[in-house]
Amino acid sequence: MEQNTMNLTLKVWRQKNSGDPGGFATYPVKNISAEMSFLEMFDVLNEELIREGKDPIAFDHDCREGICGMCSMYINGRPHGPWEKNTVCQLHMRAYKDGDTIVVEPWRAKSFPVLKDLVVDRGAFDRIIQAGGYISVNTGSPVDANAVPVEKEKADAAFAAAACIGCGACVAACKNSSALLFVSAKVSHLALLPQGAPERRSRALNMVAQMDKEGFGACTNTGACEAVCPKGISIENIARLNREFIGAGMSGE
Amino acid sequence: MLEAKTPTGPLDQKWTYYKGHCRLVNPANKRKLEVIVVGTGLAGASAAASLAELGYTVKAFCFQDSPRRAHSIAAQGGINAAKNYQNDGDSVFRLFYDTIKGGDYRARESNVHRLAEISTSIIDQCVAQGVPFAREYGGLLNNRSFGGTQVKRTFYAAGQTGQQLLIGAYQALERQVNLGNVKMYSRHEMLDVVMIDGKARGIICRNLVNGELERHFGHAVLLCTGGYGNVFYLSTNAMGSNVTAAWKAHKKGAQFGNPCFTQIHPTCIPVSGDHQSKLTLMSESLRNDGRIWVPKQKGDKRKANDIPEEERDYYLERRYPAFGNLVPRDVASRAAKERCDAGYGVGTTGQAVYLDFKFNLINKYGRAEASKHGIDNPDNDTLVRLGKEVVKEEYGNLFDMYEKITGENPYEVPMRIYPAVHYTMGGLWVDYELMTTMKGLYALGEANFSDHGANRLGASALMQGLADGYFVIPYTIGNYLADEIAVKPIDTEHPAFVEAEKQVSDRINTLMNIKGSQTVESFHKRLGKIMWEKCGMARNEQGLKEAIEEIRALKKEFWSDVRVPGIVKEMNPELDKAGRVADFIELGELMCLDALDRKESCGGHFREESQTEEGEALRDDENFTYVSSWEFKGESQWQLNKEPLQFEVAKPSQRSYK
Repeated sequence: MEQNTMNLTLKVWRQKNSGDPGGFATYPVKNISAEMSFLEMFDVLNEELIREGKDPIAFDHDCREGICGMCSMYINGRPHGPWEKNTVCQLHMRAYKDGDTIVVEPWRAKSFPVLKDLVVDRGAFDRIIQAGGYISVNTGSPVDANAVPVEKEKADAAFAAAACIGCGACVAACKNSSALLFVSAKVSHLALLPQGAPERRSRALNMVAQMDKEGFGACTNTGACEAVCPKGISIENIARLNREFIGAGMSGE
Repeated sequence: MLEAKTPTGPLDQKWTYYKGHCRLVNPANKRKLEVIVVGTGLAGASAAASLAELGYTVKAFCFQDSPRRAHSIAAQGGINAAKNYQNDGDSVFRLFYDTIKGGDYRARESNVHRLAEISTSIIDQCVAQGVPFAREYGGLLNNRSFGGTQVKRTFYAAGQTGQQLLIGAYQALERQVNLGNVKMYSRHEMLDVVMIDGKARGIICRNLVNGELERHFGHAVLLCTGGYGNVFYLSTNAMGSNVTAAWKAHKKGAQFGNPCFTQIHPTCIPVSGDHQSKLTLMSESLRNDGRIWVPKQKGDKRKANDIPEEERDYYLERRYPAFGNLVPRDVASRAAKERCDAGYGVGTTGQAVYLDFKFNLINKYGRAEASKHGIDNPDNDTLVRLGKEVVKEEYGNLFDMYEKITGENPYEVPMRIYPAVHYTMGGLWVDYELMTTMKGLYALGEANFSDHGANRLGASALMQGLADGYFVIPYTIGNYLADEIAVKPIDTEHPAFVEAEKQVSDRINTLMNIKGSQTVESFHKRLGKIMWEKCGMARNEQGLKEAIEEIRALKKEFWSDVRVPGIVKEMNPELDKAGRVADFIELGELMCLDALDRKESCGGHFREESQTEEGEALRDDENFTYVSSWEFKGESQWQLNKEPLQFEVAKPSQRSYK
């Protein structure tokens, strides 16, 4: 493994709290190893800031293995940075070269207010799930797991939709801040399974209604969401949601 | 005196007997009872949802921005259940026995048997919720084998089983939020438990967005707060995973069981430098097809592919011909450490061994595919090409993840792996009902000590978390709350709440006012180093004694020289971390004390003084067949209480993998 280091310039969005207008601050970072992850580079910078008596940069992160969906940085105009199907915690500094300038912002969307620096409030996603993103089954009542066979193709498609990690990159990438990829992934996951069939109409209607209430924008089919999704959630799900939604509307429910 | 409250009767009838005789709370009274659930991983989310469905009023808390982020989400491999769908001889008894034996006979039989019994209902429940488990072409559920067991009992959803199970529990939780039965508090951290008249009656927590302290009343409090692997700084745990909630409870009177029992997972991506913030697991399933080796020559600096076959030491196959690369986690981890310590390690740091897929890629998969396609006498390139396709299907996502992190392509060069801290079997001591030694305070999932003994089997953590939350606590909590129906919600102006909040506030202010010169992170790293070197994969008396001294000195230094920037009443991740690291330092001392007391080797706990002539772990059943339950008595003072373990059904024997 080649060991090389680089010096970079970071332009990072700083904002004290939701009431503060915020602005960019510039930080040089030195001797960054190509083997570091992007967030580890932020760790290094924050350690320096603390030692200098300055306020470190707040950012969301937890599992650092690309599955919890907490990390959320908008890097040089792209959610999660330059790599395909990737979260920022899995982005490594090999992606950059000595002398680069990197601009880092929080997710930008009216429905995701900034709490501090790069941290946003994605509570809207939880509220959309509360509106219907589940199968209404209480603990203890189910039949045997193998009592209802599920076509493998459908089970695989449901799994592919269920791979969504709820990070919000789709919203951040969309010029309209639409949440349709997120909503459609959940509607698809549950509609594709026989267990989810009884509620599929009310689910689609209620989740879309909540999405609108949260102030997310309309979908204009640019596909930017799919392009940046770290889990490769397909916009086919949006087509499926539209069918579910229209079907539910037509049935007069 | 530790009272496990194990029901009487034969082992396989205990849970049935309990369910038939525990007290119930009628629906009208349930509504008047409030339950606090801290943590929203598999145990917490499933408990909160299930209790709310029953009619209790639930408040759930998590430190992340959403309950869906809890670290259960990162589990890769699968969840065990004794369904016997494969007709390969599995049963509740076998799952029970494998778990007891895998835990090296240091778990409580009654709890483990209940876990095995419940396992089948978990799968039913999850499928009904829409968890997309892997299926066969006939539409039925698929299974794989895992962790050296002889049956295929592991249900899975590609390499994302934990994610899918957690999302299922999260959705059940959000449904109850929508129905008004659960009030969810995200970005909240529990910082103390409130005791009134000898019972847990609430918590103090900090709103991590605005820094305000809050008081919350509950008739009972459930800690579902996960494990404490981050005491080692580097682990496969999420960055935020911490022991704080459990530790606060411990200091208020909840005893801590088997703190030194730590699982070190053999196949993780090695440390690349001092900047490293966490470690990433490569699923245990890779050992089915990968062969582990180091060069035969010390300090061999050649590239892996330049080292000829005869100069490679497949040390697991050499030492353990019967199990080879599939020995249990603890054995594989120690063997890797032994080779690296002896100077045979590879990579820039010398702290890594190779996990090589070439052999099986060509000989197992390549040849099988060639034969399927009717290719006679295939050349090497053809075999590699064909084999690669199969390996991609089996492990593609893991190989991709490895390449993202290391920049190396594991199809071409062997993976470099090294053991890393992964899970903690120890935790708050609980009785059969999952109640800690504090009345009304429960611990579920990884936060308790009860089911995995000294070593956890693969695919059993998810099983335990969901068993506790969906199927155990809904029964056992009623047995306690039936006596609480007359208790009105206590005003949080009660002196006990005021006093608890004051203590929390004072501690936060003390931390803020030290204004020292060293960062929280630097202390955490130093603690991790002490723990890893002296209370890690191998432990000995002298090292543990040194570690205790070093940790005490570190604690002193922390409280006199740590620097926490910012202010209290704002979002301040450094302050959150400072509190957690302060608790880890105290826990580290207790872990070393526990490891010192347990002079035997068992499961993940290897005392160098207790090994066979061939260097294998040597258990001492005569002197150590007990749970160590530590009672906090004041700064750096603990009293050891022992819960003797009785084996009525299982027969403890020395494990051998030769």
